[in-house]
Amino acid sequence: MVQQPIAKETPSQTAGPYVHIGLAPGSCGNRPLENGEIGSVLYDAGVKGERITIEGTVFDGAGEPVRDALIEVWQADHEGIYKSPEDPRDPGDPAFHGFGRAVSNFETGLFRFETIRPGRVPTADGRFQAPHMLLWIVARGINMGLHTRLYLPGDETADDPVLQLIDEELRPRVIAIQDGELYRFDIHLQGENESVFFDN
Amino acid sequence: MVEEANAFLARDHSTQPAAFTPDYKTTRLRAPSRPLVVIPNTLTETTGPVFGRDLIGDLDHDLIHNAAASGEAAIGPRITVHGRVTDEFGKGVPGVLVEIWQANAAGRYRHMNDDYLAPVDPNFAGGGRTITDENGAYAFLTVKPGAYPWPNDGNSWRPEHIHFSVFGTGFAQRLITQMYFEGDPLIAMCPIVKAIGDDAAIARLIAPLDMEHATPMDRLAYRFDIVLRGRKSTLFENRLEGN
Repeated sequence: MVQQPIAKETPSQTAGPYVHIGLAPGSCGNRPLENGEIGSVLYDAGVKGERITIEGTVFDGAGEPVRDALIEVWQADHEGIYKSPEDPRDPGDPAFHGFGRAVSNFETGLFRFETIRPGRVPTADGRFQAPHMLLWIVARGINMGLHTRLYLPGDETADDPVLQLIDEELRPRVIAIQDGELYRFDIHLQGENESVFFDN
Repeated sequence: MVEEANAFLARDHSTQPAAFTPDYKTTRLRAPSRPLVVIPNTLTETTGPVFGRDLIGDLDHDLIHNAAASGEAAIGPRITVHGRVTDEFGKGVPGVLVEIWQANAAGRYRHMNDDYLAPVDPNFAGGGRTITDENGAYAFLTVKPGAYPWPNDGNSWRPEHIHFSVFGTGFAQRLITQMYFEGDPLIAMCPIVKAIGDDAAIARLIAPLDMEHATPMDRLAYRFDIVLRGRKSTLFENRLEGN
């Protein structure tokens, strides 16, 4: 049965400079709601897989750090399973949340996630994606949240089916730079090094 | 490559704001200049986080009281803001996290970076959250936010608004928007609103007064329905049909 849509998606509006009040109250000097807030650590004790740290800065078109951004991350567990009823293989690792939220530091603009190296996620036609996470960026001056991907460097990126859809010279812009357990991933909203953003 | 069977309908950008809308000055340096790269939905996009009801405290949906001292309440016109989260097929989206934030009744945000001269209300923080019920319905109790000036173009004023953040069942549905109030003359002047080039789309962000759901001698009500992208088919259907 082919259903026809009867309504249009609600239009997006900017998250504005005070997004913290709603999504990360502790960061702007407010008291978190009763049961705490969603944070930037994606796991509990006992998580399976290799623990890694993601660190980066969002830059505007003038090369200035964006100090009012909020970044969300969504990724699979160490076996490539998403913690979601929409993943037929769920449940995966119970100690892994898959989702995190970080804000740019008000002085430096730096954001940071503590997570694990995700496994490879299959595609509908039986291929495998390279280890990656989806990042979503909102801030004042961004009318609609921006989707990008962070790939961990490694041989698997060579045949990732989504990376193949990006111009070859732009592919490095979605691959993090490794420094031990730390992976650096800057996001450039505009300019010479503009990041790759997706319509997914 | 092949997309997932429960992929989302393509986003209709004609009813969404462009990234670069120079009358809203901050977009000038923050809008990407290259077109978005279209990718098929993989599991990364068709899945999304689920938040348990244990995240939600008893007063999280009640901004009149959730930051107030015991026995006190936020100052301002008391309102209920309620509605349904549905997909593009009109089907309710149950169990999804809805978060809101807003200025107080004087137009001041409780935020270390807001130095507007209107006063902070010690009994109002301006943040709340809830999870939609089995029909996709949600409700918040709050005070009507005030309009406030902002440094865009000398004499720019934001219409009264409440920010909404909504999750769906897949991350590609993720949405942040703003709800405006019926009858506010500042809506038509606002460059953030006008970033949406389609009047019918703007109208869907304006909540009508809803006397039917007003609480006599207590609160007026406004209704704000939210539509998320729909799926081409659901996982449940796929399982039934075995494909």
